[in-house]
Amino acid sequence: MTKGMRFGVGDRLAPLTKPPVTRTQLVMYAGASGDFNPIHTVESFAQEAGLGGVIAHGMLTMAFVGQMLTDLFGESGELSTFGIRFIDMVRPDDIITCEGVVTEVEEAANGQIVTCDVWATKAPGDVKVVQGTARFSIFA
Amino acid sequence: MGVDMHDFLPLVGVWSEPVKNEVEKGAIRKFAQAIGDDNPLYSNEEAAKKSRYGRLVAPPTFSRTFDYGRIPNLVLPTAGLIHGEQSYVFHRPILAGDGLYASQALVDVKERSGKLGRMIILLFSYKVENEAGDLVQTATSTIIYRPEGGNSHD
Repeated sequence: MTKGMRFGVGDRLAPLTKPPVTRTQLVMYAGASGDFNPIHTVESFAQEAGLGGVIAHGMLTMAFVGQMLTDLFGESGELSTFGIRFIDMVRPDDIITCEGVVTEVEEAANGQIVTCDVWATKAPGDVKVVQGTARFSIFA
Repeated sequence: MGVDMHDFLPLVGVWSEPVKNEVEKGAIRKFAQAIGDDNPLYSNEEAAKKSRYGRLVAPPTFSRTFDYGRIPNLVLPTAGLIHGEQSYVFHRPILAGDGLYASQALVDVKERSGKLGRMIILLFSYKVENEAGDLVQTATSTIIYRPEGGNSHD
């Protein structure tokens, strides 16, 4: 994103649609994050736990929403707060779309401080799998 | 299992001994690959060098990879845990080469009964500081435990 970007209340954030979640990705995330709970990687374990198969780490979906935010402002901004509530399970082959809307804008000496609602769905308009808020600074 | 909130109450407010975490380039790259984020600031040293950060940058949720130390006497069940919420306050960026001290505490525990049965709600707090003692990041996690079972996921 270019310098000097400005936001107004009600602005939609540029959405991010990720490629389908894969089992390989869950193994990679387990390794990279150190979260080796087998419900994310071992099909038989997840079945026995009553989950109907492996599910994605909630933190992976949160990372997708984080990417939507950092893609938005690149080096022209900085995230100051980011909170997510995990609502529904994400599974291999799910295609996650991250979205957001600006709820508050504060003019600052060197730019803006922008607060937004953020969420992710498996299909546009579908139920939210995660939902939360973020605040970031944009440098003028 | 007979676990209830009173098992956790004595541990509220007890912080782990901070653990030093070295932020390695390779760890940042692997994390960025795992989440499928091709931001050059996470993987391209030339791009990072030219940025205002000067070094490879960690994605916002990278601190998930840190070791936060053990909370003395805390024994968490291995099944039946649900990650309910996660939130971060970012004070300073996390950059490759940083040596950061991470610690955690259980800060609140509640018990509720709902239509899904009994739930113990654990609130954890996390702190990341740099070698100068400046706050880099704070975070909280809400972990829901259903002693009588049910699906476990996080």
